[in-house]
Amino acid sequence: MNAHAASPWVAMAYLIAGIFFILALRGLSHPTTSRRGNRFGMAGMLIAVVTTLVTHEIASLPEILGAIALGGVIGFVIARKIAMTAMPQLVAAFHSLVGLAAVLVACAAFLDPGAFGIVDAAGNILAVSRVEMMLGAAIGAITFSGSIIAFAKLNGNMSGAPILLPGRHVINLGAIVAILVITALYALAPQAGAGEGWMFWTAAALAFTVGFLLIIPIGGADMPVVVSMLNSYSGWAAAAMGFTLHNTAMIVTGALVGASGAILSYIMCRAMNRSFVSVIAGGFGAESGSGAEGERIDRPWKRGSAEDAAWIMKEAQQVIIIPGYGMAVAQAQHVLREMADLLKAGGVTVKYAIHPVAGRMPGHMNVLLAEANVPYDEVFELEDINGEFAQTDVAFVIGANDVVNPAAKTDRSSPIYGMPVFDVEKAKTIFFIKRSMSGVGYAGVDNEVFYMDQTMMLLADAKKMVEDVVKALQH
Amino acid sequence: MDFVSILSIFVLACFVGYYVVWSVTPALHTPLMAVTNAISSVIIVGALIAAAASGAPGAKWLGLAGIVLASINIFGGFAVTARMLAMFRRKDKPASKGEPR
Repeated sequence: MNAHAASPWVAMAYLIAGIFFILALRGLSHPTTSRRGNRFGMAGMLIAVVTTLVTHEIASLPEILGAIALGGVIGFVIARKIAMTAMPQLVAAFHSLVGLAAVLVACAAFLDPGAFGIVDAAGNILAVSRVEMMLGAAIGAITFSGSIIAFAKLNGNMSGAPILLPGRHVINLGAIVAILVITALYALAPQAGAGEGWMFWTAAALAFTVGFLLIIPIGGADMPVVVSMLNSYSGWAAAAMGFTLHNTAMIVTGALVGASGAILSYIMCRAMNRSFVSVIAGGFGAESGSGAEGERIDRPWKRGSAEDAAWIMKEAQQVIIIPGYGMAVAQAQHVLREMADLLKAGGVTVKYAIHPVAGRMPGHMNVLLAEANVPYDEVFELEDINGEFAQTDVAFVIGANDVVNPAAKTDRSSPIYGMPVFDVEKAKTIFFIKRSMSGVGYAGVDNEVFYMDQTMMLLADAKKMVEDVVKALQH
Repeated sequence: MDFVSILSIFVLACFVGYYVVWSVTPALHTPLMAVTNAISSVIIVGALIAAAASGAPGAKWLGLAGIVLASINIFGGFAVTARMLAMFRRKDKPASKGEPR
């Protein structure tokens, strides 16, 4: 059966699926509507799948249902078991699957164009379909191999340090140009089929290589941008396949996902004050790790204890907690929430301040806090809470460093200059939990806040320190 | 449908996507990514068509493999999104002791 000859009802069904996907994203504008949004998404997917199944003559339904069941069980089990700290890896892995699925669909369309209704009267694949198919395969392949590398870096299978090949920009650009040239040649070729097969497979193979080469030079600190960018690519791959199949649901979804990933990449870049081009070019963080210890001047700083922190916070009116990824690494979020509960019970207002790059992916820290039962109306974004530090008695920094570094505002020579940061230095008292005085942040820069008069350094493992504060509060 | 109509849908959908995504609260950006992951697996439609057809055996197996991969994403993506969204809770206690003056 020809997909194009389908009745208008079929096209309507796919359109409705597309609208449901829009509503799914729309629901995420607020936590209260988000669950309904997710159900819209599921309904849209069900409509798309059922419509496809009932409008095509199916040679082997059991095999198809078996494949869905197999994938469904695997996906469901993974979704149940995954730790919230591992979300970035999971999302990267899922992106790679979308990419690979797009490649497989493009290959299937290439091998059996008749089934997809993309052939002309002579049995050749239509020129415009060739371009769409090839682009779908290429973007899918880049998404796949890029996401595999992102997964390996996030999951620790591969060092987060950038791997810099000589002449990598030339290689990447050359490969991308080659893919485009092959696509053009393929579209202009007199007829499709076995003769032009090499073009299709070469372009796909080149795209796999490009995805790999694009991500290996990008350092661990830039992974939030990369994950968002690959999110965007997976959308464009779906859109390209939607063009091939003339399928509204796929085109709408592809555009939504593409836009979503692009906007998230932009937000992440802005939060780190990095340009998208410089992230893609890679190499950031190549020097960090060697550390700046040598240049460090020994300056006086104050050491506080858990008892000091408990006593001062108990007397405070407002405490703002600034969690960073170090808190999640130390698994301190649950005990942190216990501390906040004790303070709230004593009449202290407790708020959490989240920097966009606090986690390993956009919104990651919000999920980690939500998992620890922190109510979402106590959690604030950077621009919403930054004005409050001047009226705040205690800023409690746990596992964060660069996002509270005033050098980002004042020191033009600093690598983090221009990055939006919390004005913690305006708070009356600052508690700064840190493992030791020697380590510096991701960007490898010293922090003026350590040496300020109102700062007390709480040097310990984050979880241990907060547990001690909780004990002291209970007395 | 001709190419221009499809392109029109695509371009307009990009605008819809742009405005809808900016309206997503930053606190839900991780669930956003998980759910976009799930819905981009609508690519399963293509895999189903390939698997359903009996034209070329190679295409059929590629289609079936595509169905497995896309299904992992669909079920995994929606399930993990639901799991995350279920964690987002409001303050359940009345604001009797929270507000200082």
